Amino acid sequence: MTASARPRRLRLPVIRGYYWLLIGLLYLPIAILFVFSINANTTLSFPLRGFTLAWYAKLFATPALLHAVTNSVMVALGSSVAATALGSMIAILLSRFNFRGRTALTGLAMLPLIIPFVVLAVALLILFRALDINLSLVTIAIAHVVVALPYTTLIVLARLIGFDKQLEEASMDLGASYPATLRLVVLPIAAPAIVSAWITAFTVSFDEFALALFLAGRDPTFPVYLYGQLRFANTLPVLIATAVLLMLGTLTLILVADRIRKR
Amino acid sequence: MTASVDQASRTKGAAPERRGGSDPRRGSFWFLLGPPAIVLGLFLIVPVLLMIAVSFRADLSGELLAPFTPTLKQFQQAFAGAGYWRVLGISALTAFGVAAIATVTAYPIAYFLAFRAGKRAALYLILLLVPFWTSYLLRVMAWKLMLGEQGVVNSVLIGTGLIDDPLDALLYNRSAVVVTLIYVWIPFAALPILAGLGRIDVRLHDAAADLYGSPLQQFLRVTLPLSLPGVVAAFFMVFIPTVGEYVTPLLVGGTGGTMYGNLIQDFFTRAANWPLGSALSIIMLTVTLGLVIVALRIVDPRRLLERG
Repeated sequence: MTASARPRRLRLPVIRGYYWLLIGLLYLPIAILFVFSINANTTLSFPLRGFTLAWYAKLFATPALLHAVTNSVMVALGSSVAATALGSMIAILLSRFNFRGRTALTGLAMLPLIIPFVVLAVALLILFRALDINLSLVTIAIAHVVVALPYTTLIVLARLIGFDKQLEEASMDLGASYPATLRLVVLPIAAPAIVSAWITAFTVSFDEFALALFLAGRDPTFPVYLYGQLRFANTLPVLIATAVLLMLGTLTLILVADRIRKR
Repeated sequence: MTASVDQASRTKGAAPERRGGSDPRRGSFWFLLGPPAIVLGLFLIVPVLLMIAVSFRADLSGELLAPFTPTLKQFQQAFAGAGYWRVLGISALTAFGVAAIATVTAYPIAYFLAFRAGKRAALYLILLLVPFWTSYLLRVMAWKLMLGEQGVVNSVLIGTGLIDDPLDALLYNRSAVVVTLIYVWIPFAALPILAGLGRIDVRLHDAAADLYGSPLQQFLRVTLPLSLPGVVAAFFMVFIPTVGEYVTPLLVGGTGGTMYGNLIQDFFTRAANWPLGSALSIIMLTVTLGLVIVALRIVDPRRLLERG
């Protein structure tokens, strides 16, 4: 925007300072986490005792922790693929078809955005108990598919709405069946959004805790494992080191997703 | 967006159309609708219906799917117990306060990004959102480090000689929950406000200036009123999920910071009273849906996303 071209607007030199002050406050707790991940103290308390990478080394020597991280990756992979496929289907339906129940489908697909997680969690808990399904990584993944669905749907939908349907009509006029048109025209058009939706769903699942706490069996995902370990003060530095690494990983994924979406 | 798509399809009357058996896409339609309908039905609608059913049970004896005599006992208990209402009220109040403060705090940031950040606005926006993208649990934990007995705030206060003994009142109470939640939501609240400010036609500012409006008047009479839809959206986008929050109170709230979500959590874990927990869940779901309906009456999210 050409803000500099209009001199007669509200001049608030403090507003830039306000922005940086808030950025500082927002990053402070995260910075402190980072500091404790490379600090020699065995407990998370001041004063600091000097630099160490021991926690990062110990992280790779803690099998239970690595196992929990692997679980999180598997749950996130499975749920994000499913949520992206289902969300893309809904997006195609909403952008390319007129049918009765459109509004109902829209509402239903968006419902996980507003239903409190604790309510969704206990409702699923009741379902799994009624069906006699044991809690496991699969039950967590199912919950994550449901909550990621609005995001994947919206991301793919935004892309499809921006494209003219005439491309598909041309394809079908030229003799392609509709499934072939979906595969050869619609999917390539939606591809960047689909990748972006998949990464978003992955990150939604990866550090989701509120649902996982209810739906985890004996095998925890990383957030659930982390929560279970919070009672033991001496394991915290290792956990924080892990969390810092995962944070960097997630952040990279999100920035990649952002790049792809803006293409 | 619904309207524009419908319009587009109407004007293309000649193209292969979607009616009756003549639509060549009919098979694909069912193929596309089937899987999402099954997943949403089985894992969203059925669980909520089951939860409603459980809330009408006297207890959880026997099979969950076995027939039972419905009773209003749970709802009577949920409505009669003044404690439950109080916690619901406190949760709503907490959420209201958090949403209001987060929105007001985020407004100048959004204003800066919309009008003052210049070419680097995109970069500044990402910088703002990075904390929001980091692990929720981790950020809440970070606040434990900030507010804890040996935490940053206490260490600084002792270090500067302001106090001699650490304050233990910083953590495990309502204000810790409020502070943590505000911190978590500020970046998120800035987004709808930014969308609202972005819709304002900048020529209106020039017009206001040409009419000798002072900068403050320009802001109060032009910018602020026009940005209100974004502000209201931000408020509700924080308010609604916060009412149902249970993780933050669990981590930093202690016994004094309990919210309605924690009651539900308790009834499904420690207290093991699923029927009463289900009744409370339904009450919470109803309250949340009510808030959403109110919010959608006030602001249309689709209009906010359009460029004005």
